[in-house]
Amino acid sequence: MVLDHVDKHYGDLHVLQDINLEIKRGEVVVVIGPSGSGKSTLCRAINRLETIDSGTIKLDGKELPAEGKGLAKLRAEVGMVFQSFNLFAHKTILQNVTLGPMKVRKLKKAEAEAEAKKLLDRVGVGVQASKYPAQLSGGQQQRVAIARALAMRPQVMLFDEPTSALDPEMVQEVLDVMVSLAKEGMTMIVVTHEMGFARKAADRVVFMADGQIIESNTPSEFFDNPQSDRAKDFLGKILKH
Amino acid sequence: MDLFSEYGSAILEAFGLTLRLAVFSGVFSLLLGAVLAVFRVSPVPVLRWVGSAVVYTFRNTPLTLVMFFALFGLFYQLKLGANQDDPLNEQNFQLAVLALSIYTSTFVCEVLRSGINTVPLGQAEAARAIGLTFSQNLRLVVLPQALRSVLNPLASVMIAMIKNTTVAVTIGVVTATGVNEASGQMRTMMENEADQIVLIFIIFSIGFMIMTLPVGFLAGWASKKFAVIR
Repeated sequence: MVLDHVDKHYGDLHVLQDINLEIKRGEVVVVIGPSGSGKSTLCRAINRLETIDSGTIKLDGKELPAEGKGLAKLRAEVGMVFQSFNLFAHKTILQNVTLGPMKVRKLKKAEAEAEAKKLLDRVGVGVQASKYPAQLSGGQQQRVAIARALAMRPQVMLFDEPTSALDPEMVQEVLDVMVSLAKEGMTMIVVTHEMGFARKAADRVVFMADGQIIESNTPSEFFDNPQSDRAKDFLGKILKH
Repeated sequence: MDLFSEYGSAILEAFGLTLRLAVFSGVFSLLLGAVLAVFRVSPVPVLRWVGSAVVYTFRNTPLTLVMFFALFGLFYQLKLGANQDDPLNEQNFQLAVLALSIYTSTFVCEVLRSGINTVPLGQAEAARAIGLTFSQNLRLVVLPQALRSVLNPLASVMIAMIKNTTVAVTIGVVTATGVNEASGQMRTMMENEADQIVLIFIIFSIGFMIMTLPVGFLAGWASKKFAVIR
């Protein structure tokens, strides 16, 4: 995954400024930074839920198509987990996970269901398969959302603040799933405020502020020895208490 | 009770014709309304323009005018229609269904569109994120949720449509045996039995309520049963 000179404006606001980033297969990159720094926008731009004004984003050497069937195909290769889960409210947990495989990967129903059940068991919500999203806790819903994304067998997984909307006691169960994914070698881009996760699972921490990548380093280097004043200031504010 | 012995079968036949008008127009207006709604939310400007043009034209034109145009414009002047030799019976029935369907579909479209607006953006984004195309997204995720949230207003549109079948009297829709649809039959009876007008009104009101009330009850029940809990 290569981002090359990516720029995006919202009106006068320059939300992404000349972003250059390369993510290798199997790498876990954690993006942190203050709110409004453009990190969520970056995450969404990679899946083209946001358009970009200039620059290129390439997956496996191929540039992202602008729209149409090609784009849908690419999105299937990139799993996305949202802050607000966004499970399909009118479908059961099992149907949430089988929809993509059946409609996009064209699996038979039985195949898709068998695969979905395995994934749901893996994230620990197998017994909830016949319930509807609203009947599950936030943590359970987010784990289903991860299973739904994994069901597409993506090359890359994007996490857009996956634990920000969760009650504190549910954060860990979601992070545990993410850590195990990271250990299995999944390529991951994680936008988060969970510094513990960054230290534990990240290969690299990217620090963003005001639409720019300020620093990019290993977790231990970044947390223990930040180079820029902006990062020092940010870490000082969040790590003190 | 002479009224029933004399007109009983004609009343039934009249309501049978009204029901046929309503069922055909209901099915076609729901389908066409869904298509128009998809047009109006589509990313293609031309489709959005066509959808809006149809809705603005027919939603703001009296049904009587649309009905008249179907008969006098399309059929007599432009000679459109399958069977020019048989202007009554089936021909007028089809023209009435056509007019009623197009007219009603614009209301169906706007109800569905307001339903689409109740579906959180995240639902469509999640659907895009797993690789669904625009049409799959609409068919599998957005429209099913939109439809569930507008069952009651949709029922109101259908009830209005059932009552609007009476406008078909203006172009004369009759069965093979020459019986008009319900309002035409009512007019005939009022002309013949002027001393029993109140009773005639009551009979036909009840007849319409037998058709419309179940629609409302069904929608109320279904909207509870299929409610999307968020």
